[in-house]
Amino acid sequence: MIRFDGVTKRYADGTVAVDDLTLEIPSGQITVLVGPSGCGKTTSLRMINRMIDTTSGTISIDGDDIRKKDPSDLRRGIGYVIQHAGLFPHRTIVDNIATVPYLLGWDKKKARATAMELMERVGLDTKMAKRYPFQLSGGQQQRVGVARALAADPPIMLMDEPFSAVDPIVRKSLQDEFLRLQSEVQKTIAFVTHDIDEAVKLGHRIAVFQVGGTLAQHATPDELLANPAEGFVKEFLGGEKGLKRLRFNRELEDTADDEVQAAER
Amino acid sequence: MTAVADGEPLIRWNWIGDHTDELTTLTLHHLKLALLPILFGLIIAIPLGIMCVRWRWLYPPTLGVANVLYGVPSLALFMLFIPYFGIGSGGQADFTIILPLTLFSLSVLVPNVVDGLRSVPEPVRQAATAMGFGTLRRLVQVELPIAVPVVIAGARVATVASISLVSVGVLIGNGGLGQEFIDGYSRDFTTPIIVSCVLIILLALFSDGVLVTAQRLLTPWARTRRSNG
Ligand SMILES: Nc1ncnc2c1ncn2[C@@H]1O[C@H](COP(=O)(O)OP(=O)(O)OP(=O)(O)O)[C@@H](O)[C@H]1O
Ligand SMILES: [Mg+2]
Repeated sequence: MIRFDGVTKRYADGTVAVDDLTLEIPSGQITVLVGPSGCGKTTSLRMINRMIDTTSGTISIDGDDIRKKDPSDLRRGIGYVIQHAGLFPHRTIVDNIATVPYLLGWDKKKARATAMELMERVGLDTKMAKRYPFQLSGGQQQRVGVARALAADPPIMLMDEPFSAVDPIVRKSLQDEFLRLQSEVQKTIAFVTHDIDEAVKLGHRIAVFQVGGTLAQHATPDELLANPAEGFVKEFLGGEKGLKRLRFNRELEDTADDEVQAAER
Repeated sequence: MTAVADGEPLIRWNWIGDHTDELTTLTLHHLKLALLPILFGLIIAIPLGIMCVRWRWLYPPTLGVANVLYGVPSLALFMLFIPYFGIGSGGQADFTIILPLTLFSLSVLVPNVVDGLRSVPEPVRQAATAMGFGTLRRLVQVELPIAVPVVIAGARVATVASISLVSVGVLIGNGGLGQEFIDGYSRDFTTPIIVSCVLIILLALFSDGVLVTAQRLLTPWARTRRSNG
């Protein structure tokens, strides 16, 4: 479990990006941080792996204050996926995926074997192993990004708008496969998006942020859709009209899931 | 200019055959005088460029000094080093040529190292940090390799310039193939001038080819790179 305890981030120029945030991100589940641009989602995420230092308050992982660990060690135990993947252009796909295992000093063969296995798990043809990132499509690069984050089997994954730079069709398949993968690996995931549809689809829990870096509501998707907080949250969900659409889509997905499960039986 | 004497051909081919040894020695010496500065230049420019990226304020003054040096006539800079390394060809005296050319190369190499390091996309740098690369490891394993194509592009420009500048050294008695200019000129004899010119051009083309090949081999990932974040 990741726990924010009264965490505030004030940047050098005085901007308060996150304001007195208290939030629990339960283990083995996807918690989505959603909100409009500039509300402090990325800042919150990057404080977890210490890419950004907190100004005050504490963040702990399974009860241990993150400041007790060496930043590099901490980071090697936390997968990180970003928009546009941020793959290393000079490394082949298999070496990109094996990055953290190499850093951890794994045997090269073992690291590569793990990377190849992961390629399959994220739906990439292993024939692409020796290619370079520029030879892949955006969607494929994003899959590599996910595989790279999973390579050393970290218990925690931080994902910052990982699927927002691809077109809607590719996004949908990435989301579906991500859910399938998560049902197998059950990582503790903090997932940032500004897309409420994505939040409702992926999250076990949704934390709605508002500009100024405060938490407006923290609930399960069903609770959020049934009882959105008046004012900012309701507006962010698109008002009555937006809520109707989101509820409708959610039922549609649930029925589709039931049908898939029925078919699998 | 050299007048061609009556009945004297522009090139006397047998002269080349008679002087193969001399030409080979001069060519190799020319190459040494031209390429060592690039090597030294890189050894200086890489750490200097890294520092200029790390501490931004350092870059403008560094670039300023490098450009002013580049603006000094090469002959003047050669002469500046005569008191320290002497005059003539070979041994210590070579440094009278090599050091000024090293300084010249910096005006191309430093900006290229800086541009190369800055060409590393921000998401790539951040991904590296997030995965647990420390600063040094990230520099060596991520940033410098990604900078290689831009650095080599700079090395190509600097190398060709260096090869042509070496000839100026002949005015202080050490100019590689440039030596043949003087010999030919003083004897009213065009063959050595033309031959050495051609050899200098070939040297430039050859060195450039080597660098292009090196770049292809070192950075197969950069060949038809699409821009991506
Ligand atoms: N290095 C920085 N220095 C100063 N202010 C910053 C810095 N980084 C972010 N901010 C500010 O902090 C606030 C929160 O930024 P953050 O990147 O966390 O937002 P976000 O919710 O991720 O937004 P987006 O959806 O656009 O990615 C913004 O107002 C932003 O301008
Ligand atoms: Mg963001």
